[in-house]
Amino acid sequence: MSTVLPQDESRQIAPPPAAQPADSSGDPSARSSTLPPTKPPRQAPSGDFESLRVLPARQPGRWVATAAVAVLLAMALSSLVTNPRWEWDVVAQYLVWPSIVDGLWGTLRLTAAAAAVGFGLGTVLALMRLSRSPLLQSVSWGYTWVFRSVPLILQLLLWYNLAYLYPTLSLGIPFGPELLSFGTLDVIDKFGAAVLGLGLSQAAYSAEIVRAGILGVDQGQHEAAAALGIPRARQSARIVLPQAMRTIVPTSVNEIIGLVKGTSIVYVLAYGELFYTVTVIYGRNQRVVPLLMVAAIWYLVITTVLTVAQFYVERHYAKGAVRTLPPTPVQKVRWSVQIAWSRVSGKPLPPSIPPAYAVRALPQRGHLTRTGRAHVGGAR
Amino acid sequence: MTVVETTTQASGAPTQGHLAVHGVHKSYGTLEVLRGIDLEVRPGEVTVILGPSGSGKSTLLRVINHLEKVDRGFVALDGELIGYARRRTPTGEVLRELKEKEILVQRTSIGFVFQNFNLFGHLTVLENIVEAPVSAQKRRRSEVEAQARELLERVGLADKADARPRQLSGGQQQRVAIARALATRPRLLLFDEPTSALDPELVGDVLDVIKDLARTGTTMIVVTHEVGFARELADTVVFMDDGRIVEQGPPSQVLDAPREDRTRTFLQKVL
Repeated sequence: MSTVLPQDESRQIAPPPAAQPADSSGDPSARSSTLPPTKPPRQAPSGDFESLRVLPARQPGRWVATAAVAVLLAMALSSLVTNPRWEWDVVAQYLVWPSIVDGLWGTLRLTAAAAAVGFGLGTVLALMRLSRSPLLQSVSWGYTWVFRSVPLILQLLLWYNLAYLYPTLSLGIPFGPELLSFGTLDVIDKFGAAVLGLGLSQAAYSAEIVRAGILGVDQGQHEAAAALGIPRARQSARIVLPQAMRTIVPTSVNEIIGLVKGTSIVYVLAYGELFYTVTVIYGRNQRVVPLLMVAAIWYLVITTVLTVAQFYVERHYAKGAVRTLPPTPVQKVRWSVQIAWSRVSGKPLPPSIPPAYAVRALPQRGHLTRTGRAHVGGAR
Repeated sequence: MTVVETTTQASGAPTQGHLAVHGVHKSYGTLEVLRGIDLEVRPGEVTVILGPSGSGKSTLLRVINHLEKVDRGFVALDGELIGYARRRTPTGEVLRELKEKEILVQRTSIGFVFQNFNLFGHLTVLENIVEAPVSAQKRRRSEVEAQARELLERVGLADKADARPRQLSGGQQQRVAIARALATRPRLLLFDEPTSALDPELVGDVLDVIKDLARTGTTMIVVTHEVGFARELADTVVFMDDGRIVEQGPPSQVLDAPREDRTRTFLQKVL
């Protein structure tokens, strides 16, 4: 039995007793040999299964598909590298060009301001829609109706031309005297018009996202908060919204990513965000493709950062909704390194590694490893 | 002992928690769920409501703390109307509906324990208990936290203060929910089928906590299917069917010698 040495492709249901470290002077904390090798196998119908090798199932289709995709991927990459018309040197030259960085800053500023307006107003609209006042409900409904109906580009131009409709804006008592007055163009410049256009239309969409999140919170939570006498505003802020965030966050990040790219529409106002800057530069030097690539790379970077942020925000709001939080990428990397080191050095694993990962440290992985009965640690 | 100090006078005779329900009617659409309920609960008494599902038991509890508005009739706790205020106007006395804010204040004197616990999943056990006393009653957080830990000890969960509800068993969650309901120092406690969502082996722990409360003189109304619990602890057993109170009285009468046929057939099925 012990002469059957495990080969690459073979797995053994149970490690043969002779393969176990015989000396007890070995690492005491290596949780080795929790299997009872001395116990005679239960009488199976056709005899002794435990000494048989396990061969993994063959997956020829998977291999063919993998190979095909790998070839296509290699072709795409090689064309990116070998085709000189991509002009990667020009891309590199312009990637951190001062005016490009300014444009990037413009995009970020615009996104942040529009997202703040959009989600701030959106939350208010959602709460209005769910309030018991018919007027508040109708106003919220009407707002969403109007701002979802009118195309964004039209709204942007409209806001930019607000000075034509109302040359001055003033603060005062409704239907009464004016207290303060300013020129519309001084208040709503290109940036202002862009933030208004993007933010107000975003609010219409965010309102629905927030409302969906609130509706998704179990009715019992609202009832319990009411039964305890918690004040209404506090019910929303402390009990309902934090739980609604679990469904609000994924869609909201979607929306914010859309907003990042949506800011490129603002080039119609000639506001110096990333896309407008790029078009201005390639209009002058005719290097259209490399400059578009510069913009694409920066949009990719922003989206990446947002996606990473999304993971951590979601994880934060998952507290209490799941029993164990999913591991962060940092934790996964740390555990993998610790496991690899344990396999190389034969040292025991630190106890902080959850069992689902610790299984990877096994020298042989068979289906018994999934039952958790197998030993864990460098039992070489 | 620590909790019921406010509801029990030093002499031992509780003076708070007197509930009066008079002529309460309640309909959902065309369905009349409560058809004229009269009920009196004296301070320190335990009232158990039995009855088949759909008989209006839960609705009655929800009407008492004004989670549902009544169509007719009134509910008063210690002489104070729930949901309305008496006002003198030039044309005579009227009942003015209270604002939601005022109703929320009234609810802090009525504790409610739900069938499905309804603990706030994103908050820890301690935060669940501390929330209402701090935000609704404006009490000092440090004082409330100390009280919350005492309550947790009392329900046997002192070590779970920092756990989140989903990490607890159903029985443990319900005991936390009881501690949460007690934290506002209510004059009346309402239990809506507190053990129906629990595994049979977990029911005992929760019932023990409720029994302990009953013995210390907390006024409570318990909707339950646990007839044994009713027999052991109730001062009054109320049997409801079809939106009406069919029969009420001490357990020895209602459970052992029911006067009404309807009560008898129900008890035969349950026992």
